[in-house]
Amino acid sequence: MPATPPSRDIPGKLIAVEGLDGSGKSTQVYLIKRWLELEGYKVFYTEWNSSTIVRDATRKGKKRNLLTPTTFSLIHCTDFADRYERNILPMLKAGFIVLADRYKFTAFARDSVRGCPERWIESLYSFAVQPDITFYFRLPLAVALGRILAGRPELKYHEAGMDLNLSQDIFESFRIFQGSIHKAYERLSRKYRFTMIDSNRPVEVIQEEVRRIIRARIDMADYKGIFRGTP
Amino acid sequence: MKKFYGEGLPGVDPGTLKGKLVVIEGPDGSGRSTQIAALTNWLEGRGYAVEQVGLKRSTLIGAELAQAKQGNILSPRTLSLFYATDFADQLENRIIPALRAGFIVLADRYIYTLMARDIVRGAEFEWLRSVYSIALVPDIVMYLRVTPQRLLERYIYRGRELDYWESGMDIGFSRSWYDSFIRYQTEVHREFAKLQALYGFVTVNGMRTPRAVTRDLQTRIEAVISSL
Repeated sequence: MPATPPSRDIPGKLIAVEGLDGSGKSTQVYLIKRWLELEGYKVFYTEWNSSTIVRDATRKGKKRNLLTPTTFSLIHCTDFADRYERNILPMLKAGFIVLADRYKFTAFARDSVRGCPERWIESLYSFAVQPDITFYFRLPLAVALGRILAGRPELKYHEAGMDLNLSQDIFESFRIFQGSIHKAYERLSRKYRFTMIDSNRPVEVIQEEVRRIIRARIDMADYKGIFRGTP
Repeated sequence: MKKFYGEGLPGVDPGTLKGKLVVIEGPDGSGRSTQIAALTNWLEGRGYAVEQVGLKRSTLIGAELAQAKQGNILSPRTLSLFYATDFADQLENRIIPALRAGFIVLADRYIYTLMARDIVRGAEFEWLRSVYSIALVPDIVMYLRVTPQRLLERYIYRGRELDYWESGMDIGFSRSWYDSFIRYQTEVHREFAKLQALYGFVTVNGMRTPRAVTRDLQTRIEAVISSL
């Protein structure tokens, strides 16, 4: 278990997408996946908080309100480590293009807003390689909030940052919390040199730019699979 | 005055913690639980409030952790982080509140066991040190030293089966439980010795009668609580 990312002697490529809720990143990453599949590339998709083992504990912790900033951070890192070692790293070693809908920067942003020291969080996740491309789907905060809040959705407790006692009103809490996350992302985008994507445009226009960037930065011929279409 | 090893926990001022944190370390079979029971009686008999904590006992994930260990399906790092979560939960929800209320917290193992076990499984010390920089520096740490051979004798004498993890069977040192146990416990002890130099804890000879060990521990704890 090396503490630093291994030298990039792994043949795969890691593409991460980050951004606020409502930034359209999930739609975009889905379209990247479809594009790569239909063109017959070896692609593997993974999303934040999706492994089964830790899910029960996370659910229990959230429901019973047992989580503090530190345990919130650690339990998500546990979950991530499981996914990383079980899926992401093996697929990278097998020479796949791995698409990550949220990656460790999501934790950096959320946990630092909750008050965990950034150095501690970074060290916690130091086992995870840096992505080859990190797309940051950037949107003015008001637009992102508008997209999410337009339908008066049912917001989840931690999603809305209710644990931070920002406001009694869950929608107000969500607004304040997302504002802090937005600031954290802006800072991280400079520190880690994210590839900025203006997300305030039509879906297909954004997707065209994203595909162009991927083609320019990755030698796509190396990732042709044996399958055509969805395997 | 209490302090954290590193930046500590967000929102916790260690200066407000009045109690004492007493840690007993040592392998399974070293007599930790016997000693903790004896020390609890002794302290409560003298009017001190005692809180016992240990590993794998958190409300948050204690049960999930025990379950995950059954299947042996987690990678070493995932397991390591699982334990860290369990530790952090108990630190925040039990140890710190008890110390704030002026209790003597008796910890049946602490971060050192977690670190030593992970290092033997290939974890990097610097990574672990950073993960556990959230921990409070205990007032005293006492390590019950029992040689691997003696541990085995105690296991066999009590008719207990060797534990899969405590024998390091997941590492694959040997297919023989006996060989693996000796090798694993020897390596864990070696890591403890290194941690001892860094974190400065007391080694107590655990190969004496339980009463002799208790008296030894009492003398050392006495020195710590006299300042309460």
